Amino acid sequence: MAQTMSTTELAEKIINYEETTILDVRNTEEFDDWKIEGGNVEIINEPYFNLLDGVESIGDKLDKDKEIIVVCAKGGSSEMIADLLEEAGFTNVYSLEGGMKAWSEHLEPVKIADLKDGGELYQFVRLGKGCLSYFVESNGEAAVIDPARMIDVYIRFAEEKGVQIKHVLDTHLHADHISGGRKLAEETAGSYYLPPKDATEVTFNYQPLQEGNDIMVGNTQVSVQPVYSPGHTIGSTSFIIDDAYLLTGDILFVKSIGRPDLAGFAEDWVGDLRETLYSRYKDLSKELIALPAHYTFAEELGKGGQVSARLGDLYEKNTGLQVENENDFRKMVTENLPPQPNDYQAIRETNMGKINPEHEKQKEMETGPNRCAVEG
Amino acid sequence: MESTKILDAKGLACPMPIVRTKKAMQELNVGDVLEVHATDQGAKSDLTAWAKAGGHELLQDTEEDAVLKFWIKKG
Repeated sequence: MAQTMSTTELAEKIINYEETTILDVRNTEEFDDWKIEGGNVEIINEPYFNLLDGVESIGDKLDKDKEIIVVCAKGGSSEMIADLLEEAGFTNVYSLEGGMKAWSEHLEPVKIADLKDGGELYQFVRLGKGCLSYFVESNGEAAVIDPARMIDVYIRFAEEKGVQIKHVLDTHLHADHISGGRKLAEETAGSYYLPPKDATEVTFNYQPLQEGNDIMVGNTQVSVQPVYSPGHTIGSTSFIIDDAYLLTGDILFVKSIGRPDLAGFAEDWVGDLRETLYSRYKDLSKELIALPAHYTFAEELGKGGQVSARLGDLYEKNTGLQVENENDFRKMVTENLPPQPNDYQAIRETNMGKINPEHEKQKEMETGPNRCAVEG
Repeated sequence: MESTKILDAKGLACPMPIVRTKKAMQELNVGDVLEVHATDQGAKSDLTAWAKAGGHELLQDTEEDAVLKFWIKKG
């Protein structure tokens, strides 16, 4: 029997840029749509059903003594192929436990910084989907921003740190993944904050995020300062943490910018997006470190797993911020957009509390890549 | 739809629906139609891709009460 590898072990390899060889045995259509990326990953695809009569076809492509991680959708086919590879003389083969379904759920905590008056800021990297969430802790208290559906991860992390989650915030109503915000706030008896303009149809109570109403974490001066920054959604709100970190949500990414079309109002929201990126953000300190809610390209994932950039550098390098002509900008963010995320309508309705799909269904709704960005 | 043989792969997880289908197909003649019943959602795209790669023709597929049915003509 071939050995298995956990998603945690694989995540460590990727963020540490270790040489990682992956054999993805899903069918080619699924592979082309969404696969493991980042770090120093070399990946080849050969559907498992082509290997049932023998693995010779890939024998030439792979070194028999090299570490090979076999991956499939849920972990069943990869286990079988890993066994077949061992029988064929491969010596260092693993099957990824739980497959892409488990990979889609893995969250890797990465420390971003120590804060001025004590406390720490962490980024939780969801490597399988490119989603980023944040954990701010100070003096026994914590705030979680844009939490994923897997809320146990944040609860365990808070326990390990000996802090209590008091505040849970979403920068906007998400369309690409199911927010863990409301449930996490319920479980921890914390407050759940949403931008009121994104929450007009929600079926539950929440605290409105408003400029001027800073949220204090712990009794030290770690403030979470809301900045209204519409465009991806009409309510999108950014946060300045500790006067040094700008959580941009889905408005501005490291190599791209947010798309305005996921709620069906691209034409109406494009002006807001322009205003936020070319005026509001421009007035902020260039020294702020931008921390987005997503990354799209493997090269955005830095060594150690961080996804971040100095705001001033983004104004020089991010192609989405270099479009002087307003009409060109309008065209860029409304035409030739990438496909919309899988099940994005149902995901939005789930995040509003309008529908409540069962756990397995929620997992399936989220499988696949995130597509929240527009490339300049 | 008429079929030469019916394969019940309900309740089986990936990769078993394909493994069984492949085996059942070996026992049929060219032009025969194999009807496959499965409950694993992944079977849909995998069977489609497998049939194409093997030169078989997926004539029809349906989904009723969480049971996926496929009719594959041996090529």
